[in-house]
Amino acid sequence: MARIFTYIAHKSGVPDDSAAELMAAARKIDAASSPTAIVTGWGPDLDAVCSSLQSSYAETWKISNEALVYPNAELVRKALVKVLPPGSILLVAHEHFGIDLAPGLSVKMNAAFVSDVLGIEGIEGSTLRLIRQEFGGQVSAHVQCDISSGAVITLRPGAFKPLEQASANGVVADKSPELGPLTAGRRYLETIVAEAGDVDITKHAVLVSIGRGIQEKNNVAIAQELADALGAAVSCSRPVVDAKWLEKSRQVGSSGKTVKPQVYLACGISGSFQHLAGIKGNPFIVAINKNPKAPIFQVADVGIVDDLLEFLPELTNKIREMHSVSVK
Amino acid sequence: MEILVCARRVPDTSENEIELNSAGNDIERDDLVYSINEPDNYAVEEALQIVSRIGGSVTVVTVGGEDDEEILRREMAMGATHGVLISDDAFGGSDGRGIATILKAFVQKGKYDLVLTGVQAEDGGAQVGGMLAAMLDYPFASLVNSIEVLDGGKLKISREIAGGNKEMNEIDLPCVLSIQTGINEPRYVGMRGIRQVASVPIPTYGASDLGVDPGAVGQAAAKVKRVDYFVPALGKGAEMLQGSREEIVEKVVELVAAKGGLK
Repeated sequence: MARIFTYIAHKSGVPDDSAAELMAAARKIDAASSPTAIVTGWGPDLDAVCSSLQSSYAETWKISNEALVYPNAELVRKALVKVLPPGSILLVAHEHFGIDLAPGLSVKMNAAFVSDVLGIEGIEGSTLRLIRQEFGGQVSAHVQCDISSGAVITLRPGAFKPLEQASANGVVADKSPELGPLTAGRRYLETIVAEAGDVDITKHAVLVSIGRGIQEKNNVAIAQELADALGAAVSCSRPVVDAKWLEKSRQVGSSGKTVKPQVYLACGISGSFQHLAGIKGNPFIVAINKNPKAPIFQVADVGIVDDLLEFLPELTNKIREMHSVSVK
Repeated sequence: MEILVCARRVPDTSENEIELNSAGNDIERDDLVYSINEPDNYAVEEALQIVSRIGGSVTVVTVGGEDDEEILRREMAMGATHGVLISDDAFGGSDGRGIATILKAFVQKGKYDLVLTGVQAEDGGAQVGGMLAAMLDYPFASLVNSIEVLDGGKLKISREIAGGNKEMNEIDLPCVLSIQTGINEPRYVGMRGIRQVASVPIPTYGASDLGVDPGAVGQAAAKVKRVDYFVPALGKGAEMLQGSREEIVEKVVELVAAKGGLK
């Protein structure tokens, strides 16, 4: 059985939530496996991450180098190629760093690569069976992967439930490789924090959220009218921001804002996992979509298959009617 | 700047209800609406904008079959200088690595300063760009949402990271970038524009033209294979509201009020 490693991202000395999810995924590949965590970085933050991983990982490999203080995928790749034994399986979270690192690393390791995996069915000989989603989550696919020369696999955040486990009392091994002069063709400059918008969608109890189904910029007013009637705010999914119909600050999702409303009206939103990742606190979700196969119906509480451009104005009128009745 | 954009024709998920076929092992491919993979279209637009600022050319390449010519013509109608089809029976069933191997051979036949891909395809997973860069030993950046050309063979780029924040980087040319949607506003292409490029010849390259070993690509060399498609058994799933629109509206108002959503 190939040795399984997990690459642990971290920030300010704290391991990313994915550390426990990657461990759970490793156990799905091989229930008996004891995966090894790999952490790259520099200084006291790196030491803090390694020591906190000792409670969950039996072994943590520490790769320390001043050039790795910010995780530059090209430099991390060079370091990993030096330390990973041939035939290893490396698990990485499918987020902005994993997307940068994993494909190129698989080439340099001459290993198989599967991205954005959300299920692991098991291993037979050198064939690993995995589950992915395709076409915006409308269908899933069984994928088989030949791991005879190793594999790099990125895992969808949130897809693997962390396991309950006793403290591992693990050890930390310093594997800092002799990297020589470390240079990369890409250099990190700075992080620019997203600007606050005119409306703070994270503060609203009710959100009227619109997706591609709103079709054009002029139709945003239809959602705004409903929001006004409800005392709600208008938020949106990525395609609406891509099309420049609303500001980035209105976007719900992993590359936008995380919201915790009581009620979420998903209007013409297909329900990609990146969007759903931004909805927390288990709100009551009402989904309106003309496509009955839209993945949003898997997570919504109630669903309506209809044209939102016709449905929303009727809903708005009904709510206005109720208000005028209650005023009398 | 000589720019190559790697593009793909895919079923358009915004236009299709993707369903399983009757055998349950593939999606129903009859009557699917195909279009250029959306992020690839943003990549072409970005390439055109760079070239309009500093000069150069934009070549759009796709690995596929005759049907895929339509997206090349569409992108040429947008303004791309050249369209190239890479097609060979030996390429069928290639995994991401196979496609990257084929594209590497094509890149090495030309002289490109910058190679762009879309961040991911509808049925893929953000793999070809990063693999291609590693094979070429070019620097790579994914999720790119702005590009500024600097002096001295460099770019300043931003990457979209969590929470809508931007990670700013400097990257040396030649390099490979995977382009995120929203980086620009792709121009509209009308039927007239497509007709104007309808008869422009599109060169086609096969394995021997590119010097690709057929044994290194295609189904047989693929380490990763899709076995079948399926629709997972849903969890709870939504309660689908039935009835007239008026009845449904009333029901929604009632439910939203019950959840504290009416003031």
